[in-house]
Amino acid sequence: MRLDDTDRRILRQLMAEPDLSTPELAARAGVTAATCWRRLEKLRERGVLKGQQAVIDWRALGYEVEVSLRVTLDKTQPRAFEELIAGARQIPEVIEIQTFLGQVDLRINLVARDMAHYQEVYRERILALPHIADIEALMHVSIIKANEGLPL
Amino acid sequence: MIALDDLDRAFLRALVGDATLSAGELGRRFGLSQPAAWRRLKRLTEAGAIRTRRLDLDREALGFGVTVFLGVKLATKGRVSLEEFERAVTAVPEVQVVQYILGAYDYRLRVVARDLADFERVLRRRIMTLPGIGQVDANVLLSEERLPGPLG
Repeated sequence: MRLDDTDRRILRQLMAEPDLSTPELAARAGVTAATCWRRLEKLRERGVLKGQQAVIDWRALGYEVEVSLRVTLDKTQPRAFEELIAGARQIPEVIEIQTFLGQVDLRINLVARDMAHYQEVYRERILALPHIADIEALMHVSIIKANEGLPL
Repeated sequence: MIALDDLDRAFLRALVGDATLSAGELGRRFGLSQPAAWRRLKRLTEAGAIRTRRLDLDREALGFGVTVFLGVKLATKGRVSLEEFERAVTAVPEVQVVQYILGAYDYRLRVVARDLADFERVLRRRIMTLPGIGQVDANVLLSEERLPGPLG
């Protein structure tokens, strides 16, 4: 879908503050509320604007540890990706699974209450997953930026 | 930290799917009166359970076909260089996420670009010119899925 400057201005303001009401958003984007409402409807209809998701603060819920596991797979196994992903989905602490083209095949993001809990999940559940050739852990210390906005 | 019951977890799961749900809609969905749902939502919000909202945009439809994760090591360390790097990297519009991590890298960046040629331009002009930047490793995102994690 081709966006014009008005669409871009609306989306930029909405990305910066997703919970703005339509009149507030319209004022910031410099359009009338009616135009803003119509544009948003069109963006939704075309599937460009799919919705809004709440992002959980795991620390506030008592999950102090967040770790990214960078996994290299044993690619001699044709179903390595599918089987490992299916296994990872069954682990309740896993919050994200990504696949890559590069040195790393897969990233599993997980949260744990503390280091003891992490150790337990890592040893009992992660290391039990099939087809892992190598695994490297990165511990998240802090988030510097995370708006996931697009440079429109 | 806030202790969650099953209904709290169900509320948060619903909001991760759609952050715009009102107390009334949540109440209807889970069999609570509107005021009861409102009180519950207020308690979760005040406890900081929701860090932020994320706009779910169709990146491809908007012309951003490539997402790359970069592992970045700084060449020089020290408080000043960390702050300088963080300030500069946060200002790059194509950089969606910056995480400070412990492990083989110092930072993990999520970068969007229109295509691989555009990514190369961003990498050369915007990333490799950041203050203090050292070794960089890149993995192109093929797929990602988010899971409810401990809310499930």
